[in-house]
Amino acid sequence: MSPTLVILLVGCTIAAACALVGTFLVLRQMALLGDAISHAVLPGIVLAFLISNERSTLPMLLGAGALGVLTVFLVELSHRTGRLKEDASIGVVFPALFAIGVILVSRYAGQVDLDLDCVLYGEIAYTPWDLLYWQGQSIGPKALWVGGGVLLLDLLIVGLFYKELKITTFDASLAAALGFAPTAVHYLLMSLVSVTVVGAFESVGAILVVAMLVVPPATAYLLTDRLSHMLGLSVLCGVLSTIGGYGLARWLDASIAGAMGVVSGLLFVAAFLASPRHSLLSRLLRQGQLRRDMHEQLLLLHLDHGDGGLPLAEVSRRFSWSQRRLAKTVERLRARGWVEQSEAGLSLTPDGANALEHSGQGPLRHGPEDGSSVTVS
Amino acid sequence: MDLSFTARTVILGASILGIVGGVLGCFALLRRQSLLGDALAHAALPGVCLAYMLTLSKNPGPLFLGALVAGLLGALSILAISRFSRIKEDSAIGIVLSTFFAVGIVLLTHIQKLPYGNQSGLDKYLFGQAATLMPRDVFWMAILGAMVLCTVVLFYKELHMLIFDREFGASLGFPMRRLEILLTLLLVTVVVVGLQTVGVVLMVATLVTPAAAARQWTERLWVMLLLAAVIGGGSGTAGALLSATIPRLPTGPVIVLCSSAVLVLSLLVAPQRGLIWAWTRHRVMVRRIQEENLLKDLYRWGERRGGDWSSLVPWNLLMGIRGQSGSQLHRLARRLEGQGMLSRSSRGGHLTAKGLAAASHIVRKHRLWELYLTRRLELSSDHVHRDADAMEHTLSDEALAQLDELLGFPTVDPHGQPIPAGSQR
Repeated sequence: MSPTLVILLVGCTIAAACALVGTFLVLRQMALLGDAISHAVLPGIVLAFLISNERSTLPMLLGAGALGVLTVFLVELSHRTGRLKEDASIGVVFPALFAIGVILVSRYAGQVDLDLDCVLYGEIAYTPWDLLYWQGQSIGPKALWVGGGVLLLDLLIVGLFYKELKITTFDASLAAALGFAPTAVHYLLMSLVSVTVVGAFESVGAILVVAMLVVPPATAYLLTDRLSHMLGLSVLCGVLSTIGGYGLARWLDASIAGAMGVVSGLLFVAAFLASPRHSLLSRLLRQGQLRRDMHEQLLLLHLDHGDGGLPLAEVSRRFSWSQRRLAKTVERLRARGWVEQSEAGLSLTPDGANALEHSGQGPLRHGPEDGSSVTVS
Repeated sequence: MDLSFTARTVILGASILGIVGGVLGCFALLRRQSLLGDALAHAALPGVCLAYMLTLSKNPGPLFLGALVAGLLGALSILAISRFSRIKEDSAIGIVLSTFFAVGIVLLTHIQKLPYGNQSGLDKYLFGQAATLMPRDVFWMAILGAMVLCTVVLFYKELHMLIFDREFGASLGFPMRRLEILLTLLLVTVVVVGLQTVGVVLMVATLVTPAAAARQWTERLWVMLLLAAVIGGGSGTAGALLSATIPRLPTGPVIVLCSSAVLVLSLLVAPQRGLIWAWTRHRVMVRRIQEENLLKDLYRWGERRGGDWSSLVPWNLLMGIRGQSGSQLHRLARRLEGQGMLSRSSRGGHLTAKGLAAASHIVRKHRLWELYLTRRLELSSDHVHRDADAMEHTLSDEALAQLDELLGFPTVDPHGQPIPAGSQR
C-alpha cells in the first residue's frame, strides 16, 4: 500500500469512529466530557507504558480506557455532591489528570517513548512505517489495525444498542421508566468514547480528537433531524475532513491532523451559514417570508375592516410603512388578484375576501376565544 | 533558601498568574462558564502564530496582541454559534476550541518548516515553559495583572450584580451587556498572560480550580475573590518552588496539582459545605433516628401490655419489627445503655425511667402530629402514620408545645391511642 493511501485510510477509520460516538456526545450535550476524556487518558497511556515496558497497543487501550471511565466517574462524583457545578467539575478534573500525565512523561522521559508534541498533534504521517508483526510477518500498519478495530467496535456497539442509545439520549426518564438503565448506557457510551479516543490518540493527538468527536456531528446536526441520517452525515463529514485535510497539509507542508481539524471546521462553518434546514441563511429566509406574510395579512385585514377604498398614503401613514414596503406588499397582493386599486384607493376584491376567510391561522389571526394563542408558524 | 535568579523570576511570575487567575476564575465559575477559559486558551494559539508570521519576531508585545485578538474572536464565535444555530453551548465551546487549535497547529507546523532561524520556542505556548520566563515577561505580567485587578475592584459592585442578578441590574440601567464584554476581555487577558507559564491545556485549571476551592469556604463574593487569590498565588508559588528544587518536574502541572490538592481538601473539610461534616451530620442523624425508633418500639410494646415497661423485651422480637440484624440491634442497645435509657441482658432489654421519659416524648410527637394532620389538614387517619414517622425525629419542643395548644391539649390520637402527657422532660 502506498503511504498516502495508508494515511488516508487511517484518518478515515478514525474520523468515522469518532463521528459515530461523537454524535451521541453532541446530542447529549456532553461534548466537553469528550474533551475531558481525550486529555485525561494521558496518564493512563503513560502508566501502561511504564508497567508493560513496551509500546504495545493492548495495555495502552486498557490503561487509557480505565482513565477515561475514571474521568467520567470523578466528574460525576464531584458534580453529585452539589459542591461543584458540572462545568466546573469538568474544568477541575481533567487538568489535574492531564497534569499527572505530563509530570509522568517528564519524570520518565528516558523510559517513555512518547513526546509531548505527538500527544497534542499525533503523528499520522509516520503511521505507514509503524508496522504490526504477527509471528514475524508484517501484517500491515499498526494504526490501521487499531483504527479499524476501534471502528468495528463502535459500529458493533452502536448497531447492537442503537435503540437503547437513542431512547436514553432523547428521553432519559422514559428510558428509565421502560427499564433501559440509562446509567448503564451512559457508562457504556463513555467507555466507548474512551476507547475511541485512545485509538485515535496516537494518530491525531489529544486535542484534534476533540475536533473529530465534536465538529462533524455538530455539522451533521445542522443538516438533519433524524438520528440515523445524522450518524451517516457525521461519518461523511469526518471522512471529507480527512481527505481535504490531507490535501491541505500537503499544500501547506503542515501537520496533517491539524489540517483535518481545520477542514472539519470549514465544513461546519459552511453548514452554519448555509445548511438548508438550520443555518443562518435559512433562518433569515424564513424570517423574511414570515415578515412578508404578516404584512400581507395585516393589509388584507385592515382593508376588510374598512369600507370602500383606502388611499395608499393613508395606509402608509397608519402602519408607518416605508414607500418601498407598501409598494411591494401591494404589488404581491395585486398579482394574486386579492386587492384592487381605484380612484378611491385600495380595496379588497371578492377573491381577497375569500382568501382572507380561508387563510386560517395566519400570524395575525386570533386563536380560539380564550385568546391564548396567536399562532406563528 | 538559596534560589537562582531565574527561579525567583519564575516563582514571581507563577504567583502573579495564580492571583489574577484565581480572581478572574471566580467570575467564570459563578457564571457557569468554567470551560470558556479552556476554549479561550486554545483559541489564542493561531493568534500567536499569525502574529509571529507577520512580525517574524518573538517580541511578547505582538504575540500577546495576536493571542488577545484570536481569543476574543473565539469568544465571539462561541456566542454566535450558540445564539444563531441549534448547537448548544457545550458543543459550541468544543467546536471553537478544537478548530481554532487545529488552525494553530497547522500554522505552527507550517512555521517550523519555514526557512528562518528563530522560530523554535513558539511551541512553549502549548505546554508552557515557565523556565523560559524573562524578567521582562514577568514585568508585563505584573502590569497586566494589576490592570485586571484594578478593573475588578473598580467595577466590583457592577460585576457582583452581573453574576447574581443580571435582570435586576439591567432594570436599574446598568449596561450589563457591556459588563459581560468587559469580563470576557479580562478573562482573555489573563488566559493570554498565563499561556507562556502553564500552557494551553492547563490554563483552565489556573482559573477554575482555585475559584472552586475558595467557593467552598464562603458565601460572600469578596471573601471568595480574596481566598481564590490566596489559593491561586499560593499554589503558583509552591508549584514553582517545587519544580525549581526537584529536577525534571515541569512547573505548570505541579502548580495545577497544588491547587487541585487544595480543592480536594476544601471539598472535604470546609466548614458548612465540607463533605466530611455533611457525612458526619448524616451519620449522627441516622443514629439518632435508629435510637429513637428503638425507644418507640419498646414503648409500644409496654403500652400493649397495659403500661408494663419494666419486664424484659426479647431481642428476637425487637429484631422482627424493623428487620434489623442481631449485631445492629445490639450495637444500638449498647449505645442506649450508655445513655442510661435502657438496661439490657443477654435475652432482652427494657426501658429505664429516663428511657421511658424519652420514649414517651417521641411517641407524643408522633401522635400529636397525626392528630394535627387529621384534624387540621383533614387527611384520613390511615394516611398519616408514615408522615408522623418522619416528623417525630425533627419536630422541635417549641413546635410541639404550640401544636399541643393549637389542638386543645388532646389526650387521644386519631387511632384512639392515648397521647403520653408532656413536660416529663
